[in-house]
Amino acid sequence: MSQTSSEAPGALRVTGKARFGDAFFRIIAYSAGLSVLVVLGLMIGTTTRDALPVFEYQGLWSFFTSDEWRAGFSRTEFTGEYGAFSFIYGTLVTSLLAVVIAVPFAIAISLYINRIAPKRLAKPLAYTVELLAAVPSVVFGLWGLLYFGPTYVRPVMELLNSTLAPIPLVGILFEGPIFTTSYFTAGVVLAIMILPIITAITREVTAQVAEDQVQAAYGMGATDWEVMRKVILRGAFPGIVGGTMLGLGRALGETIAVAMLVGGSQRWGLSLFFGGDSMAGHIANTFQDAAPETVLALIAIGVGLFVITVIVNVAARALVWRIGRVAGDAAL
Amino acid sequence: MRTTTRRAAATLAAIALLAAACGGGGLDAEIPTADDAQDTDDTDTSDDGDDGDDGDEADGGTIAGDLVGAGATFVNPVFVDWILDGYQATVNPDANINYQSIGSGGGIEQFLLEQVDFGASERYLRDDTLEEARETRGCDAIQFPIVFGSVTIAFHDEFYDGLILDGTTIGDIFERRITNYNDPAIQALNPDRELRDEDIIPVHRSDGSGTTSVFTTYLDLDDEVEGWTLGNGTEVQWPSGTIGGQGNEGVAAAVQQNPGGLGYLNQAYVLEQGFPQAQVINADGNPVFATLEATTVGAEVAEIPDNFQFDILNIGGDGFPITGTAWVFVWECGYDDTTAALLKDFWSWAVTEGGPQAEALGYAPLGPSLQERVLDAIDRINSAE
Repeated sequence: MSQTSSEAPGALRVTGKARFGDAFFRIIAYSAGLSVLVVLGLMIGTTTRDALPVFEYQGLWSFFTSDEWRAGFSRTEFTGEYGAFSFIYGTLVTSLLAVVIAVPFAIAISLYINRIAPKRLAKPLAYTVELLAAVPSVVFGLWGLLYFGPTYVRPVMELLNSTLAPIPLVGILFEGPIFTTSYFTAGVVLAIMILPIITAITREVTAQVAEDQVQAAYGMGATDWEVMRKVILRGAFPGIVGGTMLGLGRALGETIAVAMLVGGSQRWGLSLFFGGDSMAGHIANTFQDAAPETVLALIAIGVGLFVITVIVNVAARALVWRIGRVAGDAAL
Repeated sequence: MRTTTRRAAATLAAIALLAAACGGGGLDAEIPTADDAQDTDDTDTSDDGDDGDDGDEADGGTIAGDLVGAGATFVNPVFVDWILDGYQATVNPDANINYQSIGSGGGIEQFLLEQVDFGASERYLRDDTLEEARETRGCDAIQFPIVFGSVTIAFHDEFYDGLILDGTTIGDIFERRITNYNDPAIQALNPDRELRDEDIIPVHRSDGSGTTSVFTTYLDLDDEVEGWTLGNGTEVQWPSGTIGGQGNEGVAAAVQQNPGGLGYLNQAYVLEQGFPQAQVINADGNPVFATLEATTVGAEVAEIPDNFQFDILNIGGDGFPITGTAWVFVWECGYDDTTAALLKDFWSWAVTEGGPQAEALGYAPLGPSLQERVLDAIDRINSAE
């Protein structure tokens, strides 16, 4: 640094004009940063204020654990029952399913692009995966509802149902009857939707594993597979976890595609093939015709979703930090 | 309690704007217009002849002005057709009428908050709401029925076309007490039919909807239905093992894609798409298909009180039993003269001349005697003070 400045003396000399520019820039930067906090604060403040009467009426515990959701039609008071467990369960199940499906794919795609694919193919492939992120979610929803779900996901569900359902304990996840719009269908389409973000990060972090370590491993006679598994993936692990959490966050909040694919039944069931519901999906499905009291209850679901997202994000941070410490490498 | 309403109302208003901006009406608006260009051309010619009759409102001239309405999605196709291909195209090209199909709940809210000139809903305003309206505006809200529509039961499989069901079996199917097509109760209604051993997957609307309201009101109040426990409304708590679809399109997709699927759909939608559908037994014990004629019969035999607060129930004869009504809400005072004149002119036109367009889209228009009564109600617009 000091060398650079001595090479070009006066390059950083501060003129009066620049000083004004600095102050100006500082104000812009500050207010931009602050505005994020203000908007977030406003959002949390107003939604929580609106949701509070619902939590009081229903009871906080009951709101999160009861699965009885019965919309009321009053304009002045609360008459319905607002237990959001069915939606919470659906949101968590579809998001976890999406992550479980997407992460192995993302890792495999990253390794292929970074280490295996010929250079000519690697770039276009990387762009193509990222292009998936540009598809609007309502298109994913429509495509899943009208084509992908009935044509491809349903046969898979039937296969899993016939092979895995008899297994004790695990079998309960694969029990019939099979609904074409179900947790499983929503989860699979969600997996496709979060694939780009997880792949992008995974590709980035696997590329950053020190090349000398990789070469050293090859020098010791390691095979391609051993290098990827023991050197690259191990080094990139914290970054992969971080990417996964970002994907999970996206999946938790995804609204319209899930609303179209999850079943919209306002109920929950243990089977993955059950037509359930999700938090964001239920809000999107019902707000249009909701009476004032139910609108408040829907806002309360929004607050609940926010709480869950925060918990997931904090847990992710903690996890990444911990793994980073154990692995001795703070990748994120 | 009061603040609850206000906050929710503000939220609802914001949401309504959002929904309108997102083009909730946009897509709907295109479809009927394109589909029925042919039908409306026919209507238009006849309209021109009668045009002079309507002139007494505006002395033969046109009324230039804006009207904004909001409410039920159920009637959106026919409202859009009336406005664009009917009234504005042939009668009054200077009018600019904008209907936002934001849902019945939103329609009632926006109307009561005086943010729109008229509201529309598949639910009539109850007395307490009317009372609240009177306090808001200082005069009465006027409500009148505008069209009727049926809710039909559609099947996944052509095999079940014409299957006879009654209110109790439909209720049992949607409450999961009947889960198989070969259930003895269904067999008893269809003694001559071979029924298959197949699981029923009941499909309902996942969004709050007037179609659900009409359907559940029938199941909830009808004397013939036994054991219905879910109550009625635009949204009810469906039991586990049913599935939801968003909008008529969503229900249709779910019915088509789930073997054993059975769902309830707006008649207008079914007429357009041609689904296998059930015959439903009416109050006189006759199994009836949900044809346009059957809906009209139902609307005509129904007894309609002077305050227009009614549900169409216990329909006999050749009438289809699951029939609902769409209401329009306007005020008795407080409009400026142009808006009032335009409101009267448009709705009078819709009541007297809009019938063929409504029928082409699968809605039953008002019968002759009801037309007279509704025109009287329309005349009350801005009559107070």
